[in-house]
Amino acid sequence: MRKFLLFLSVIFIGFIFIGRLFYLQVYTSTEHNLFEDNAIRKVYDYPKRGFVYDRNGQLLVANQPSYDVMVIPREVKPLDTLEFCSLLKIDKATFIKTFEKAYHYSPRLPSVFVAQLSKEDYAVLQEKMRKYQGFYIQKRSLRHYQTTIGANVLGDIGEVGYRDIKDDPYYIMGDLKGKQGVEASYENTLRGVKGIKFIQKDRFNRDIGPYKEGKFDTVPQQGKDITITIDAKLQAYGELLMQNKRGGVIAIEPSSGEILAMIAAPSYNPNILVGRNRSANFTKLFRDTIGKPLFNRSLQGVYEPGSPFKLMNALIALQEGVLTPKETVTCYRGYRYGNRFMKCHCNVGTVNNMITGIQRSCNAYFATAYRKILDKNGNASDGINNWSTHAKSFGLGEFLNNDLYVGQKGRIPDRDYYKHVYPKTFYSTYTISNAIGQGEVATTPIQLANMIAAIANRGFYYTPHIIKNIEGETLPEQFTAPKYTTIDRENFEPVIEGMFQVYKKGTASMLQVKDIDICGKTGTVENFAIIDGKKTQLTDHSIFVAFAPKDNPKIALAVFVENGYWGSRFAGKIASLMIEKHIKGFITRTDLEDWLLRYGLEEEYAKPYSGKPFNINDKTIVHPVDESEYQHLKQRLKELENPGV
Amino acid sequence: MVRETNRYFKFDWITIILFLLLVGFGWLNILSASHVGESLDYFNFSQPYGKQLVFILFTLGLIVLVLSIEAKFYERFSSIIYILSMLSLMGLFLFGKNVNGATSWYAFGGMTLQPSEFAKAATALAVAKYISDLNTDIKRLKDQIRTFIIIIVPAVLVLLQNDTGSTVVYAAFFFVLYREGLPKIYLISGVLILVLSVMSLKFGVLITALLAAVVLTVLTLLSNKKLSILKSILLLLLCVGLSFAIKYVYQDILKPHQQDRISLWLRLEQDPEKLEQMKKTFAYNLNESEKAIRSGGVTGKGFLEGTRTTGKFVPEQHTDYIFSTVGEEWGFLGSTLVVIIFVLLILRILHLAELQKSQFSRVYGYSVAAIIFMHFLINIGMVMGLIPTIGIPLPLFSYGGSGLWAFTILIFIFIKLDSNRINEW
Repeated sequence: MRKFLLFLSVIFIGFIFIGRLFYLQVYTSTEHNLFEDNAIRKVYDYPKRGFVYDRNGQLLVANQPSYDVMVIPREVKPLDTLEFCSLLKIDKATFIKTFEKAYHYSPRLPSVFVAQLSKEDYAVLQEKMRKYQGFYIQKRSLRHYQTTIGANVLGDIGEVGYRDIKDDPYYIMGDLKGKQGVEASYENTLRGVKGIKFIQKDRFNRDIGPYKEGKFDTVPQQGKDITITIDAKLQAYGELLMQNKRGGVIAIEPSSGEILAMIAAPSYNPNILVGRNRSANFTKLFRDTIGKPLFNRSLQGVYEPGSPFKLMNALIALQEGVLTPKETVTCYRGYRYGNRFMKCHCNVGTVNNMITGIQRSCNAYFATAYRKILDKNGNASDGINNWSTHAKSFGLGEFLNNDLYVGQKGRIPDRDYYKHVYPKTFYSTYTISNAIGQGEVATTPIQLANMIAAIANRGFYYTPHIIKNIEGETLPEQFTAPKYTTIDRENFEPVIEGMFQVYKKGTASMLQVKDIDICGKTGTVENFAIIDGKKTQLTDHSIFVAFAPKDNPKIALAVFVENGYWGSRFAGKIASLMIEKHIKGFITRTDLEDWLLRYGLEEEYAKPYSGKPFNINDKTIVHPVDESEYQHLKQRLKELENPGV
Repeated sequence: MVRETNRYFKFDWITIILFLLLVGFGWLNILSASHVGESLDYFNFSQPYGKQLVFILFTLGLIVLVLSIEAKFYERFSSIIYILSMLSLMGLFLFGKNVNGATSWYAFGGMTLQPSEFAKAATALAVAKYISDLNTDIKRLKDQIRTFIIIIVPAVLVLLQNDTGSTVVYAAFFFVLYREGLPKIYLISGVLILVLSVMSLKFGVLITALLAAVVLTVLTLLSNKKLSILKSILLLLLCVGLSFAIKYVYQDILKPHQQDRISLWLRLEQDPEKLEQMKKTFAYNLNESEKAIRSGGVTGKGFLEGTRTTGKFVPEQHTDYIFSTVGEEWGFLGSTLVVIIFVLLILRILHLAELQKSQFSRVYGYSVAAIIFMHFLINIGMVMGLIPTIGIPLPLFSYGGSGLWAFTILIFIFIKLDSNRINEW
């Protein structure tokens, strides 16, 4: 027996070792993956990021080189720090601190010493760089905006975060990625595909040479240029008009669904998010919780649509056959239902048919229409579901599913929506506010603009989108196929006529533009804020929707100006001017233009934060902006008209 | 003339082939682990692979020398060889060169020699000589103590030179003595202490005591000799006492770096943050070597293609951690083959030892097998994380002249003795 102790031990250990090897190399082994092998350095070669052009071929976004001074602390030899510091425009304390930080990170690996030198500093420094051993200049590529407009449209690129890397392993630390706007929604198109070189390194992280003679290396694929549907001139003009106001403007070409302008105010110059000051500037924008410049009001702002929604009720009423265009409703300065009363601006005894109802924006008329729609079959529950289906066919109450990076659903209620408030009985009067676009109805400016585009097209729309062309690609059918509403073509004519009359004799008669048949609708929406725990009413929002020309429409738009009071006061003026600008290319209504540049709403916006009681609506007056600001805006207007100067 | 030709055939060619396979394959891996850059210059003597090639060429001469010496010489001169060897170990205290904290080397110009490697062979000769003496009976305590002294002297000497690894190797002689009749009580207590150590450190004293109680109860009930209850209780108390003693030794006597190694081996540390910390400090080598082996997969990345080997991620890879190169470049198949060759070599030597007619040859052969086994067990076990980190080379495989020559001498003395088997009468 004694003979076998060692004999068996050897065999036993042999099996144990083979078992362990099996465990390590077969059972828990993963396929050898170059990307996960930390003995291989991956060096990336970044492709050119695609350019962005506007619909007329104007270059909006290009690239610019940027130069970082890098340091490998171990290789640094004694140097004339004074001269070096003055070249880099830093002081000696910063020099020492940065150097120590880099040394602490790794004496062998490069660290950024001074990020993003200006071109001028680079030019000077480049000459003298050989004097400073251990320092070198690394070229990177940043965005270069050729314009100061469209920050909310174009978006920006920024360094990827941990989550981006986790979600998409394509990215590595230090990569730049679209963060907002088209940079974000067309990230994959614009960025291209980076090339990669595999380099064998040793355990001190030093490169020893290409891995397998570069057999697995790839070359970068350039990013594709894109053309967006935005008309830069119209966009710039709209942004100028929206100065000192808050809100959103969306202009759509009804015949294609292309977004001509998408303005969110307040906005910012996209150039401030490039380069050395990006993070400071971004923080500033991000922390502005009052003006919210990063909040794209034209896409994300969910507002009660107000009177423009009456158009929808008119269309549904016609489609359901509960009203004919000729049928009249008499208004007694409002509409009484049960023991409650909805006020109206009409004089007592005004008799409205559909066209004058729209023209005068008569609440009583549309309350009647709404009730008739809901009570058509004697059951308001079915009625509201039917009503909801019609409204949703215009792209309201749902995401538009387009190529914009942000969006909101808005809200079109149905019976289900009210099941908690009205579990048992449900009458048409319960939701009568929906008749005039308030109550539970809510839309974003882009949804409303799209609704107007569908009206302009007499029954169909193209999903509003921002992409016009991608180098070597065709647009997806999603943007080229018309979406039909549930309203028949002939039912649009009376509504369009009503909108036309709004301009001819109605609430927007002051806003007419010579030679253009504009159809529009004003809106004035009550709104509230919570101030010191109390619900407080603020000055109404000014809303306007329009399309033009009446026949063969070229532009449909929705304008929201927060706390602008009545519809034609701010929003209507902007709409008229943008229509004229788009169709004629020049402005005849310079009186409107001048008024918009001169008047702003900053006083109005300051009120809720003043901590003092304040007046609203008819108890306020609109204040002109500072003379210097006005002159500045005039100057910019001139520059827009004569870009050469 | 017939006799002349037979002379070559009576050497055990199986052992020699296994030996050559290991040396050859070992060199390929040293080449992989130590070459720098793309071009290969096999005779670049500034690089380990170049030097090792020279060592291997020397080895061939050494083999001829060892085999040409009369077999009787080794037995007759074993005492002198042993004493000379011990003197060379002691001389290190005066003239030794310190490398990596161990004073185990003599330096002659650019060459270094590590006498502790040769001391194993000398001790094997001395043990064989003493046990095979007609007056020695290993069952007697007196002779046991004398044998132990022969083994303990070199073990302590190398320990004093901070070469813990070589000390542990002397435990190999336990197998030899046991084969030659060392009482069972040594085996039982050895195994008991080992099991108790692992149990008490891993699961704590209480669970160990409970388990011991259960095992002893079962043994008492099953044993046909009826282990007396008193004895059982005494044994249990002994176990508990030992268990406490082991805890005490671990916590208060062992140095922090030794505690770390044991804690790493038994996976005592559960805190992931501390584990991460360990991977950067004392567990760095092991972690890198395990990663290298794991990255090899079934078939390996191929000769000279191991990315972790080329990048020299595993420190000491061409010496103690050479097996991780095998793991990375030759994969599961290659590594298993190496394990099998080692097992075959040890078993072959064991088999031959059992065939010896002289007790000297048998004890010596057994010692050779046991020493190789001990190295094999500790080195590969360590590289794969099965055994606490103890720095000893993989025989015939690791880079190093002294080690290679010492093992060559160790093995070929036995091959010589074996070839002389027929003349033993």
